[in-house]
Amino acid sequence: MSTTFTKSMARNIFYGGSVFFFLLFIALTVDTTHALPKRDNSQNITPEVARGKKIWETNNCIGCHTLLGEGAYFAPELGNVYKRRGGDNGGAEFIKGWIKAQPTGIPGRRQMPNFHLTDQELDDVVAFLKYVSEINTEKWPPNIEG
Amino acid sequence: MQYKSQAVAKPYFIAAIGLFIGQIVFGLVMGLQYVVGDFLFPAIPFNIARMVHTNLLIVWLLFGFMGSAYYLIPEETENELYSPKLAIITFWIFLVAGALTVVGYLFVPYSTLAEWTGNNILATMGREFLEQPLITKVGIVIVALSFLFNICMTLLKGRKTSISLVLVLGLVGLAVFFLFSFYNPTNLVLDKYYWWWVVHLWVEGVWELILGAILAFVLIKVTGVDREVIEKWLYVIVTMTLITGILGTGHHYYWIGAPEYWQWWGSVFSALEPIPFFMMTIFAFNMVNRRRREHPNKAAVLWALGTGVLAFLGAGVWGFLHTLAPVNYYTHGTQMTASHGHLAFYGAYVCVVITMISYAMPILRGRAANSNKAQVVEMWSFWLMSVSIVFITLFLTAAGIVQVWLQRYSDAPMAFMAVQDKAAIFYWMREGAGVIFLIGLLTYVASFFIKGETKAAA
Repeated sequence: MSTTFTKSMARNIFYGGSVFFFLLFIALTVDTTHALPKRDNSQNITPEVARGKKIWETNNCIGCHTLLGEGAYFAPELGNVYKRRGGDNGGAEFIKGWIKAQPTGIPGRRQMPNFHLTDQELDDVVAFLKYVSEINTEKWPPNIEG
Repeated sequence: MQYKSQAVAKPYFIAAIGLFIGQIVFGLVMGLQYVVGDFLFPAIPFNIARMVHTNLLIVWLLFGFMGSAYYLIPEETENELYSPKLAIITFWIFLVAGALTVVGYLFVPYSTLAEWTGNNILATMGREFLEQPLITKVGIVIVALSFLFNICMTLLKGRKTSISLVLVLGLVGLAVFFLFSFYNPTNLVLDKYYWWWVVHLWVEGVWELILGAILAFVLIKVTGVDREVIEKWLYVIVTMTLITGILGTGHHYYWIGAPEYWQWWGSVFSALEPIPFFMMTIFAFNMVNRRRREHPNKAAVLWALGTGVLAFLGAGVWGFLHTLAPVNYYTHGTQMTASHGHLAFYGAYVCVVITMISYAMPILRGRAANSNKAQVVEMWSFWLMSVSIVFITLFLTAAGIVQVWLQRYSDAPMAFMAVQDKAAIFYWMREGAGVIFLIGLLTYVASFFIKGETKAAA
């Protein structure tokens, strides 16, 4: 780099540029926060959903599955699993039955542990997954298979 | 070494390498579970192995960063560390806390661990990479504060170089953004939005400052190029990092419920994120070509050049491949992400920590560089690990393409597990490359035990 561009100029651009872009990021975050209530389905966060999210977290579901595409890639996407498995026509029953039936024990196949959830806890997990499936995700995933 | 207190870096480096081995062993377990699904089930389910794999990575890199800072700061500030004793105390606290956490993951059901460790007081667990129990997270904050106190006090009483300022800024940012791991709202969109303030603003933000500073330090030492030149490069690189990286966070906000405009902000700015990495490559090669001395530590120079190239490939090129919103629509949450993650972490952070260890460890052991024989073995380990991680990346990319093609882009999309069977060949090859990587890592460890003629440290 030429000698007319000095280190102190580089330093000033670093501090100025970083502060500017961080403030811009904050501004966009504020705008996002205002825009979210129309998109994030938060009006449907019930006590069941809150409990379901906690069960989701304390069994480390994200360690195998993705949720809205984030997580591990070992097991299917669950952001839209409620809809994939029948939605309001049977989605809940399918999910609960599936969780209860684990592990399959089929030799050589990927296994999901049994987390010994109570009926109430299973309902909470379903409530959480239903809530997630109704978040406006800009039409992601491309199709129902997730 | 120039300052006695630099010696505290040594246990940090040794712990880092030890945990690195653990990380790779668990990586191999997971890799095998991808194709032999019931391997080690139910003793170590996949999610537990993954938690150990990723958490060990984070912790050993943090050990590496802290060791690097303890080595670098006295030399840059030209005075002894404020408190070597505190540095050793925090080392043991961090190591014991880290080990206990891993033991907890492996031997206690995760939900029980959550109950025991205060997750009911403040729920922070069960989110990717932030799985640590509340008490571990609090421990990390305490360790980080004590570490920063020690580093800042040393900096305050000594010479303030640009390298140490950028390093400290990166370390302070690391501590500050970690605080968002304590924020876990029930609203999943908000949860994810701020989760990225830890994850993205770490690895595509402040960690790059740490990376740049460490690389600049080693390049000054091994090339003898004028500090003014190197520090000017450093400023330009970290400027580009933050200008592109902060708004680049938007590339994680496409499909999680955030407004649509993030597809524009995220695409435009994250598409520019390869620039600082490209500059880092040019920087490293340029400085080595303009070297004013022939440093006897050839292995460290190789690692420094490797950092530039592989960080650019992994973070830059492989990041760009799937960062534009219309592409990411199909690749999001597939093995594409995993492929990018592996090469980016290796190229940027694994390589830079090993660059520092490679440069500093011989000096900490009382010689300018290791014997020629030891260096040859170390360079073999560089090539074994680097080539095998590139192949891991290529195989995961292939698996990702299979996923996109059959499950996402197709008119008749197949179910997740059916597609996984189709990609199995690539998972097998990935596992093979992983075995080579482990051999490379063991070769690296072996290089520390090879004797031979050495020159005393200057």
